[in-house]
Amino acid sequence: MITSANMLAVELAYWQETVLRGVVGLVAVLLPTGALVYLFLFKMMSFMQSRLGPMEAGPYGQLQLLAEFGKFLQKEDIFPSKADRFVFAAAPFVVLVSTFLLVLVLPGGPDAHFIDVNTGIYFALAVSSVSVIGILMAGWGSNSKYSLLGGLRAAGQLIAYELPLVLSVVGVVIMAGTLNMKGIVASQVDFGIWFIVPQFIGFMIFLVSIQAELTQPPFDMPVAESELVTGYLTEYSGIRFLLFFIGEFATAAVFSAIGATLFLGGWHIPFVDLDAEVMNWIGPLVLAAKMVLIAFLIFWFRITYPRFREDQLQRLAWKFLIPLALLNIAVTALFKVVI
Amino acid sequence: MPQLPGMLVGLGVTAKTFFKTVFPNGPAGPPAPSKGAHTVQYPHVKEAPPTRARGVIALHEDNCTACMLCARECPDWCIYIEGHKELAPPRRPGGKPRQKNKLDRFDIDFALCMYCGICVEVCPFDALFWSPEFEFSEMKLADLLHDKDRLADWMETVPEFPAYESGSEQKVRKVPSS
Repeated sequence: MITSANMLAVELAYWQETVLRGVVGLVAVLLPTGALVYLFLFKMMSFMQSRLGPMEAGPYGQLQLLAEFGKFLQKEDIFPSKADRFVFAAAPFVVLVSTFLLVLVLPGGPDAHFIDVNTGIYFALAVSSVSVIGILMAGWGSNSKYSLLGGLRAAGQLIAYELPLVLSVVGVVIMAGTLNMKGIVASQVDFGIWFIVPQFIGFMIFLVSIQAELTQPPFDMPVAESELVTGYLTEYSGIRFLLFFIGEFATAAVFSAIGATLFLGGWHIPFVDLDAEVMNWIGPLVLAAKMVLIAFLIFWFRITYPRFREDQLQRLAWKFLIPLALLNIAVTALFKVVI
Repeated sequence: MPQLPGMLVGLGVTAKTFFKTVFPNGPAGPPAPSKGAHTVQYPHVKEAPPTRARGVIALHEDNCTACMLCARECPDWCIYIEGHKELAPPRRPGGKPRQKNKLDRFDIDFALCMYCGICVEVCPFDALFWSPEFEFSEMKLADLLHDKDRLADWMETVPEFPAYESGSEQKVRKVPSS
């Protein structure tokens, strides 16, 4: 997640910089996604179930993802006969675009960023809800009752959990006094300790909310296979299914990175100046390490817990998480004013 | 939240399984997941199936009378039997030659078979047996149709029937006389 041109100390033409940004953006999304899927979904999940997981493709199955990629590319791209073809075909791209837009505002160092907007976290939260539209498109365009129900469940769930997600972030924003992602990182350094300590309740709400936003178990009612086949994914095959898959886990990676920025001090490591030139290069790695830490929690919960019921899910969001988040905001604001 | 302790216990269970799998030699030992896991890496390591496992169906041809009971009871209709009548020498000297059913074809299509074992159960003449062999996959689907020679070859792998309890010898019937 680099590429301010001044970092590289060479003058790049506009098109060169654009190509570079595109490539780095793809790498910044796909590399952590692949790493998370291999590390956690393939290996950690297997170990937690006392098995080994993929072992054949490459040493310890490290090339398994490439094999899966090749498998999905070979498969036929099936359209249901009465599907709304354009909506059906476009849906995975809408989901994927929302994920790629999320990466834009992630800072990996003092100059290592795609764009530096003053409303960074606001932008991220707004863009993340675009994926609901893609999922609804998939559910509606498939012209299948399972897909439609899955899409509606997903929409209800994502909207319900957007609120506690935003409200838990508000606590951080109040403490930082800025919406800018870099500003939030800098204010954590000024505060003396990462926001996970003063905002621990906010962090827990954030974790639960992103778990639901990602439709990961225990919040995977939209794809509940025992009830809805695979929800809005039912009619998808081949490359479009792969895009949904990448979208789901890339969003997991990006949300983990956002959580690392908000609560774990972003690219900051103790005893190193936040704005040092070297942080442009090791900053993204530090951020990636913290991202893996938060993703570990997400996947641990995913592997451990069984699925909620739909009404339990909504009750948890509206009756427990949102009041708790509001209380968190009130207490945070009070401390901000008093201290 | 009265559920909270239970939720933490669940996390503990997965974490404990994780460490048991990755560190079977204790936390100080080197990580060895292939030793800690309960599963076996099949093509490289082979577990012997239980002796009476239901792997493949073997045919003891001499016992078969082409009565077609198995073919008719088969839920998948994957047994194909053809036969003709033959004259066999009389039992007693001077008697009339007997009529006997001779098996021309006895095929089981293991691509269709669902290994329910009804044919083995229903056979009144002890001609069908379960064998624990399970590695008979083929590159072509059609090759899964085993003819009667191939089915007879499986008889070598049928385990010996365990000895009966004392006093129950009268009931001994199902012994593969291979």
